[in-house]
Amino acid sequence: MLKINNLHVKLEEEDKQILKGLSLEVPAGEVHAIMGPNGSGKSTLSYVLSGRDGYEVTGGEATLDGESLLDMEPEERAAAGLFLAFQYPVEIPGVGNMTFLRTAVNAQRKARGEEELSSGEFLKVVRAKAAELQISPEMLKRPVNVGFSGGEKKRNEILQMAMLEPRMCIMDETDSGLDVDAMRLVSEGVNALRSPDRSFLVITHYQRLLNHIQPDVVHIMSNGRIIKSGGPELALEVEENGYGDLLAEAG
Amino acid sequence: MSDTAVKTKVQQTPQVSGAPKPADALDARLAALDLPQGAFAPARAEALARFRDMGLPGPRDEYWRYTDPRPFNAPEPSPLTVEAALESPLFAERDKLTIVFVDGRFDAASSDDLTLEGVEIDTLAQAGDGHWAADLFGRLEAAGQKPVERPFAALNTAAAHDGLLIRVTGKPSKPVHVLHRRRAADADAMWHHVVRVESGAELTLLESGMVGARSNGVVEVDLAPGAKLHHVAAKRAVDPRVGLSHVFAHVAEGAALKSFTLAVNGQHMRNEAVIDMAGDDAVAHVAAAVLGDGDVGPFHHDDTVFITHGAERGESRQVFKKVLKNGATGVFQGKILVKPGAQKTDGYQISQALLLDEASQFLAKPELEIYADDVKCSHGSTTGAIDEDALFYLRSRGVPRERAIVFLVLSFLADALEEVEDESLRDEINERLDAWLTTRPQI
Repeated sequence: MLKINNLHVKLEEEDKQILKGLSLEVPAGEVHAIMGPNGSGKSTLSYVLSGRDGYEVTGGEATLDGESLLDMEPEERAAAGLFLAFQYPVEIPGVGNMTFLRTAVNAQRKARGEEELSSGEFLKVVRAKAAELQISPEMLKRPVNVGFSGGEKKRNEILQMAMLEPRMCIMDETDSGLDVDAMRLVSEGVNALRSPDRSFLVITHYQRLLNHIQPDVVHIMSNGRIIKSGGPELALEVEENGYGDLLAEAG
Repeated sequence: MSDTAVKTKVQQTPQVSGAPKPADALDARLAALDLPQGAFAPARAEALARFRDMGLPGPRDEYWRYTDPRPFNAPEPSPLTVEAALESPLFAERDKLTIVFVDGRFDAASSDDLTLEGVEIDTLAQAGDGHWAADLFGRLEAAGQKPVERPFAALNTAAAHDGLLIRVTGKPSKPVHVLHRRRAADADAMWHHVVRVESGAELTLLESGMVGARSNGVVEVDLAPGAKLHHVAAKRAVDPRVGLSHVFAHVAEGAALKSFTLAVNGQHMRNEAVIDMAGDDAVAHVAAAVLGDGDVGPFHHDDTVFITHGAERGESRQVFKKVLKNGATGVFQGKILVKPGAQKTDGYQISQALLLDEASQFLAKPELEIYADDVKCSHGSTTGAIDEDALFYLRSRGVPRERAIVFLVLSFLADALEEVEDESLRDEINERLDAWLTTRPQI
């Protein structure tokens, strides 16, 4: 599904290398977690994969189902099946959540040569999915993320994920700012979306989230590279001992 | 929106300078007009004297510092190519009483019957001297000439042949809609409305359609205690034209004026609002959403507002939003004057521009002048570009870049549109804006 090979990335405006030869492969149907200390480049990885401006790829490649992601516009990556759940979802006053969602769903369908959903069809689907995430019809009508609590914003991200049905989901610190109940709701939303042909890359600081969303593989990232990969027990080890030993081990 | 730059200057009250105003230019301006005879002759004669006394504005006049007065000074406008309307005007589909003006003159044949319960409507051209509006016509305009002179409003009082005289005595079941049409390529349309809303009465006044090569519209609004007027105007030009408008309002105790203008393209436009909040607990909201694309024609749009709080507990809001691209220029001059004794005044003013490229510019001159010590007044002015974080967020969901920018433009304008109280009107404007922005390469 997602293959990243020897990826080197620097900031466009300064001479600062962030990713220094990162390699990673997430096969179809698997959930991979990335953990790592602050400043290791985790969020940069999510932004570079989804096409945010401000970064320059100086080497390596990233493909989704064999297609090179790095040459595509952000909306093309989305239509190709990539989704980034934001750490800080953006508020957009004056644009209704529903209008935004329907535009996004239909733009992707159009880009893939599929028929667009009618208002009626869309409404039916979105209401059902929103109910599962305990998102009220009133929240759907409000402007995108405006006046949403931290938990509501993250649930709204998962609703978008559920509506857009991406094949590769990247979650950038989705657990930050969530209370226990919100984390459970978000995790249930994600788990409901797990399927043999959908993969997840879950970026997190804490093992806590991984109790709810069980990963197949855990990667430890430091200084722009993956320094160790292992099973779920690796996350427990980090929780127990911090990153110190792992960093020392990696030299 | 990100606020990447702030161009805010707070200045002293502008002084009208004694720039040379050649009498022959003024005479030429007047000679091109066919001055009306008949009703309201005293008011018209006084206005003509006022205009002669003020003279034409010059580029050195402080009040015209950001907007070149010459297109308004010229005896004749540059002719336009007249095209058929490309689409139905805003508000065309709703239940209302429609009054059609062609090149600034009432067109009875195309208009609805002017009978509507709760409102009396006459036309200026047909009014006799005993008309109720004789006491108001030109009076608010004259009062609004201090401390800043507005010569083209005086010219309008002297020279406008037609307009509506609307007296609201109840709460009519539907809005009154003034629909402008244009016929002559060189139309120099001038109209003058007087709207008197009696105590406790309420009216929604809509304006849309297209006017000619040059326009000069004046609306005098007199709100009795507890009266309400909602004024929603949509002005869109498909080719370069020159336009000037003035609203003069007198707001009595507990009365409310809510005015919103949508302006799309044009060439050289100036809209002035002069509002006297004379009674306690008066409310005045003035807002505009402006879209200017310099590729359609050289675009210059000026909103100039002067709100005077003369009584206690007045609430005023000015919300002006301009989206500018391809070398378009936006201007905002907004003033709040709080007179001695106007305690507990709540005055708010915001002017913001969204520049879609580096060739466009926004010039803002917010002013506060306060002579009471227990008031709340605030003003802000920002100039910014498209918010890259929001743009990326939308695109990351699959929304194509062009469509994402439309969303962000609508988002930027939302605060101004919020000032339209009627939700269905607001939705109609928003949908039309969306369609304009989406289907046209140029705004």
